[in-house]
Order: sequence, then C-alpha cells, then structure tokens
Amino acid sequence: MREITTKALERASALGASYADIRVIDERRESIRVKNGNVDNLSSSMSRGLGVRALYDGAWGFASSSQVDNQEVMAVAERALAIARASARVKRQRDVELAPVQPVQATWKTNLEVDPFDVKLEDRMELLLDADRLMRQQPGIRIASASMSLFRENKVFASTEGSYIQQERTEVGAGIDATASSGLEFQRRSYPSSFGGDYACAGYEFITGLDLAGHAEAVAREAVALLSAEQCPSGTKDLVLESSQLALQIHESCGHPIELDRVLGQEASFAGTSFLTPEKLGDFQYGSDVVNITADATIPGALGSFGYDDDGVPGQRVTIIDQGKFVNYLTSRETGGELGMAANGTNRADGFNRIPIVRMTNINLEPGDWTLDDIIKDTKDGVLMKTNKSWSIDDKRLNFQFGTEAAYEIKDGSLGKLYKNPTYTGITPEFWGSCDAVAGPAEWRVWGLPNCGKGEPSQTAHVGHGAAPTRFRNVKVGVGKW
Amino acid sequence: MVGKDRAMAVIERVLELSPGDQTEVSLHVTDNSLTRFSSNYIHQNVAEKDVQLSVKVILGKKIGTASTNSLDEDAIKSTVQAAASIARLQKENQEFRSLPGPQPLPEVDCFVPATAQFSPEDRADAVAMIINAAKAAGFQAAGAVSTGIREIAVGNSLGVRAYNPVTSAAANTVVMSGTSSGFAHGNTRDVATLDFAAIGRRAVDKCARSIKSEKVEPGEYEVILEPAAAANVLMYVALLGFSALAVQEGRSFLAGKLGEKVFGDNITVWDDGLDPRGMPMPFDGEGQPKRKLMLVENGVAKNVVYDSFTAKKEGKESTGHAGPGRFGFGPIPTNLFFGAGDATMEDMIRSTKKGILVTRFHYTNPVHPLRVVVTGMTRDGTFLVEDGEIKCAVKNLRFTDSMIRTLNHVDMIGKDWGFEGAMGLGGGMIPALKVSKFAFTGVTEF
Repeated sequence: MREITTKALERASALGASYADIRVIDERRESIRVKNGNVDNLSSSMSRGLGVRALYDGAWGFASSSQVDNQEVMAVAERALAIARASARVKRQRDVELAPVQPVQATWKTNLEVDPFDVKLEDRMELLLDADRLMRQQPGIRIASASMSLFRENKVFASTEGSYIQQERTEVGAGIDATASSGLEFQRRSYPSSFGGDYACAGYEFITGLDLAGHAEAVAREAVALLSAEQCPSGTKDLVLESSQLALQIHESCGHPIELDRVLGQEASFAGTSFLTPEKLGDFQYGSDVVNITADATIPGALGSFGYDDDGVPGQRVTIIDQGKFVNYLTSRETGGELGMAANGTNRADGFNRIPIVRMTNINLEPGDWTLDDIIKDTKDGVLMKTNKSWSIDDKRLNFQFGTEAAYEIKDGSLGKLYKNPTYTGITPEFWGSCDAVAGPAEWRVWGLPNCGKGEPSQTAHVGHGAAPTRFRNVKVGVGKW
Repeated sequence: MVGKDRAMAVIERVLELSPGDQTEVSLHVTDNSLTRFSSNYIHQNVAEKDVQLSVKVILGKKIGTASTNSLDEDAIKSTVQAAASIARLQKENQEFRSLPGPQPLPEVDCFVPATAQFSPEDRADAVAMIINAAKAAGFQAAGAVSTGIREIAVGNSLGVRAYNPVTSAAANTVVMSGTSSGFAHGNTRDVATLDFAAIGRRAVDKCARSIKSEKVEPGEYEVILEPAAAANVLMYVALLGFSALAVQEGRSFLAGKLGEKVFGDNITVWDDGLDPRGMPMPFDGEGQPKRKLMLVENGVAKNVVYDSFTAKKEGKESTGHAGPGRFGFGPIPTNLFFGAGDATMEDMIRSTKKGILVTRFHYTNPVHPLRVVVTGMTRDGTFLVEDGEIKCAVKNLRFTDSMIRTLNHVDMIGKDWGFEGAMGLGGGMIPALKVSKFAFTGVTEF
C-alpha cells in the first residue's frame, strides 16, 4: 500500500501541490431485513477505492477512483491537481491555510469481542426472524420488521506532511419495529430506536445485548394501543424527552450549528448555515447552567468514535457548551485555520470518493443528577415523549419541530394516558435555556445515528450522542390541527 | 466510460457464472464532477469514477444479493459466489414468482456529449458567472455546478438486456446579503441549456427583495408555491402514496381508493420516463420499458406504480418502476409530470388578497405518512402578498399540513414547468401552484 500512497503524494508534489493527502479505503457491508416472516433483503457488498486531495495555489482539488493500482493512482493525482488549478481561477485573495498538525505514524482498531462477520448468517437471520415472529403474535400488527447491519472500513491515510495512519473500524446495528393500522390511523413503535435501531462501533456482542426478542411483545402491544390512543393535546407543557429522542434533539439543534464549516458559509446553499456566528464564541448563553455538551470521539464503542480524522488529527474530547455557555466549535484544519483555532479532529469523509468535511463525533449532553422517576414525580403538567418519528429544523438551526412515536401524559407527578402523534416545537436557545433536569449516569447512554446527511455530493456520517432523560419547561406541544 | 460492449460483456459473464435458477445483474458506471462555491470562491471541487455491480441470484424462491465496485474477473466471480451463498442460506420468499422477461425497449437519447465533455475549467467559468452576478450586487454566492455521466446496464437470465448512457448537469445557488438570501437553480441533461448568469441574477433578485423582512404570525394563509416549493407537495404524495408496495402494505393513502376522487378536479399527474421534456430514461431497474402511466386524472386516482415483484403478487405486469439497482425498496415514480395550468406568476400574485409566496422549502419531513402530513421551513425568499401585490419579505415560516388537503385546495396552476429533483429518487416537471388554504404553524428569527 505504501507504494501506491507514495506514488500519489510524489506525483502531486511534483505537479506543484503545496499539500496533498490520499486515502485508500476497503469497505464491507452485510445487511439483513426481515419483514412479516420473510427475509426481505439479504445482501453483501464490497467496495474499494482511493481519493487524492491536493492544494494548489491555495485552492483545493479532489479526484477519486474505484480502481486501485499504480497506474490509476497517478491519473487520479493528476486529475486532482488539474481540478485544483481550475479552483484557483475563482479563489479568494486569501489562500487556504491549514491549522498545524503533528505528522503521525499510527494504527487504530475498533475493540470488539465477537467479530460480527464471523457469526453464521443463519444465526443472524434467526435472531431477527424470532423477534419478527414474536411481534406478529400481537393481534392487529400489520407489518413487523427487523433489521441488522454490519460494516467494516479499512482505511489508509497518508499525507505530504509525513503522516501514515491505518485504521479499522467495525460497526454493527440492529432494531425492530411493529406497525398497526386501522382506517386513517397508522402507528409504528420501534426498539431500541427508530430508523434501524441503535448502532455502535463494536462486535456482535452489541447486537445480542440489545435482546430484540425480549422487547418484541412490548413494542407490538404499544403499536396497537396507539391506534386507539388520544391525539397528543396542543398547548404549553413541561416536556420530558427519553434519551433516544434527546439524542436527535442534540444532533439537530446543537451538533449541526457547532460545525465550523456551516458557520463559515461552506454549506450555505445546501444544508444551511448556523446561528452560532463567530462573535458568539465564548460569549453566548446557549442553554441553562445544567446544559454541558461535549464532543468526544474517544468514547469506547460509540458510533462516532475513531482514532484519527481524515486530516490526520487524533480523535479527542472537547467541551462545546460549559454550564450553558458556548465555548467551542467542531473544527477541521481548514476551518480552524481560517479562525486561527486548532483543528479538533472532526474532518471526516464518507468513503474514498468523498472529501472530508466537518462532521459530528459523539456530541453528548453530559449527565446530571436526577433520575427519570424523580423528574416525573417533580412534574405537575407535562408530557413524556419517546422514540423519534420525524424531524425538521430551519437552515440556521433555530426553529425546530420533532414528532415522536409515542407519548405519555404526566399529571401531578405520575404517568397517565398514552398519546398518539406527539409533536413539539421550539427555538434552539430558548429551548435549551428551559432545560432544568438531566438524569444521571445510570440512565445515560450513547445512541448511534448512522444517517447524518450533509454536503454536495451528498455524504452520510455515522455519529453518536450521549443522552439521558431530560426535562424542558414550558414547551409548545401538539403542533397543528390534522 | 466503459461503453456498451464492455458493460454487456460484464452482464453476460455474471449470467454465465451464476448457479441460480434465475439471475439478475445491474451495472452502474459513473463519472461525476462537482464544483462547489461559497463566499464568492470555489471551496470544494471534486470528481469521482466508480462502478456498482449488483447481482441477484435466485434459487427456487430463495433470493440472495451481493454487490461490488470492481469489474475485475476475481471481483465478478466472488460477487456471484457471495450472492449464491446467501441465496442458499436464505429462507424461501413465498411472495416471489419470477423475474420479468424481456420487453421491447424504446430508444431514448439521454446522452449529451457537451455535458460529458464539460471540463473543470468550464465548471469554474460557470461558477464565475454566478458569482459575478452576486458581486455586482454586493452579495455573496454559495452553490454548486455539477456534471455527470452514468452508464446503466441491466440483464437477467430470462433474456432482458438493456444499456443506456445518460448525462446530467445541474447548478444551484443561494445568494446572501447580511440579512437575506435568494435561491435559483437548474437541472438538465444538456449543460448547454443552463444559463448560469441568469441563475445568478434570479437568486440576486430574490436576495435583494428580502433584505428587510417583517414577521408575520403563523396561521392559515393563501400560498403561492414556486415550482421548487410545489415539488415538495407532489413528491411526498408520490413517494408515500403511489407505490404499489405502500398500497399492499396499507401505508398508502391510496389503499382501496383507486378510481376515487382524492384531489381537486384540476389535478392531473402522470409518470413518463420517455418524455424528453423531463429527464428521460428508457427502462427501469429491472430492464422493463418506461411508458406514460396516468396516476391522477382530474382529481381521480387512476394507477399506482409497480415493479415485477409487486405486480406479480397481484397477477399484473410491471409498469416499469423498479427502483434503480435497489432490491426490496419497492417501486417508485421517478419521472413525474404535474399537469400545467394557464396562470402566470403575476396572475397568481394579482389574485391574492393576503397570502405567502414561497420560493422553496427546507428540511421537510413526514409527520404522519398515511395522511401525508408534512412539516418543513420556508427559505431563501419568502414574501407577503397583499391586495394583489408583493408587499414585503417575511421571516421564514414553518408549515405543518396534509399534502392531500393541499391538493384539494389548488386554485391556480402555473403554465410553465420547472424540473425538480426529489431526494435522489428521480424528479418531476412541476408548475407553480396557488393554494387557498395552507397551515403555517411557526415562525423563525430570520
């Protein structure tokens, strides 16, 4: 491999690149989806390719190819340089300046107990079919489905600054859902979360630990119960979010606005910009004093953990919100360099054919000292919302609206009725400013989200969010009449 | 490009190697380039060459699929073996009948040499035209100019053989002042038809008219949806409703409603992969011919779209809507046409007592798929219309409403179409719409 990476970097340098890097990536995926007793999809895919990124005259070029050999790598390096030269035709007065990084020779690998690709396919199918069968035992279930994904990425990163890093990341994820329908009502419940379940950088032990079959009956029962549940009432109430919904709330209203490329306008035409403009750094009250948010790529087993990003910067833990105050961004070498900040290891690409852009790692609301039970006991008129169903937020990340699969009334310190079609809406700093109770470490867990979209051409990042049940005061719930 | 001969040789090789009772092969070869700009300079500029070879091996009723991005003999062999091994371990799918057989395929020229030859310098010059329009107004432009070539080949053991190269080109921009933004875009197979300077000027105009914005209260308003915004209405209805799989699973609002009136009299929608006014493509992901299929005629639901799997379950034939290279995803309409009306944008504005004009929506998402209740934000040019005139720009609004209800309250339909993409799943020719009732449920700060 060193021969290929060396050829690319030497060729880029010879053509005038002031900086270049190359990533050579092998990916393997296997996915199973079971639906109503049938194995609806069973597939395996392999992918291999290389991408060369080069700076020429202060401007970027990138080219990639699925052909990995000594001849193609030279052609790809030349194409990257030709593209960089074209970029330099429409550049700013100021050249791209990369924040400094120490060159590193390193290897990194996901810790796992059971290699998921070694587990027999029959056993993996049976695990899902078992959960599927148990869900369908509940009368009224129209669609039961269960899915599992395995992913492994072997990546070599080399740069003209002397870094050479080999990483192997293994990811697993699984989940179940049951759908009940009747007339114009259609209700789904999922476990452990929606949209494919929960994901981690781990081995098969993570999937067996989810105990999908053990939760099948309860999931199916609640899906059916939702058909006859009351519509979530409209009004202003105290809102308690269980941790998987809070994970998405953190993702959309904290994780994205702290991406420095968005702040600098690099995503303006597509994903949007951010309300957290540079003058707010260190001087903006993002939330209440119980709101402590970190970006931490070092959490063992979490989906957003890794050894080094695609700038060759080590994965690290950074405080983003400190007792409610906004103190740091997610930065790459390019965006950090622009504001004179350090790169904090968040520049990641979705495969060999994409450039790295600023991505979340594991963005966490640090645990507090409550329990969910105590939060409920302390709430007079509220709603507990569970499991994400829909999400939407404006292009500066201020006005958001979420829907969840289910909700429970909280009345005078006790859980009450089940509600269907729950929604809530708010404005980011007001919402986080109303946060007054966060559950403690015993109920805190990291959720893996494998589907964070950003960039053109589109890229999907795998990120994590540590969260525990949390309360927000006076939130608008039950949006719209429909 | 690999060319037709090489692509079909790969298809034949897979079929020769496969031990399956039936086998399907799909090959996509791509060469895409995209130049991205922000703050009036090119900040990202990329190119990729990739292939996707997908093999479906069927043993009896057991289906296994595998894919690779290499066309080496070793990769082809191991992919066929992987698909066969999976099929052997698979459970029988009782709903599977057969892959489709060959059908005569129409010839549609989807390849434009000018697009294929568009160079990095050409893209940079195109970007400069957009940026220059923004600079002239003292604004900043962000956006992307892209061109791509995709060769698509499909074959199966029952004799299906299909190959077609397609080109695509797109440009989009958001032009920003300190307090406002404006959006414009274009999509085509022929890059020569994109007027980059005009795209820049349209976005500049929107941005300039939004510099000072007022806050209006959420509530029910008349709305004028430009084609990019109107596309969201139709796309959600199409993606959530018009798939036979969604109907069979009871998650479509059209389940049991075919032949019934579901939208207003003035709503007619069809899918046509052969119409050159859209983004034509002669066959679907299973190599079945595209054709014109009426989905809604004068408000009455006429048809939903089928692939071979969902069609054979009902003893029908595929309508040519298998997803491109996707297995188990279900059929989708990818070449939609929303019947145009006779109104101009000026007519719509003139006839509005008090309403909101929307350039486009952002981050839309279904809240209740069966009722097609969707939420999302406006962005990049939202205006208050009063007494037949645009009165002022307004701060962006959140809507939460049923798209079915929306298509029952369309008062006027634009006479011109815009081509609008749909979340990576094809696209459609969409006119502007004036809707008498549309629910805005929130407002943001800009």
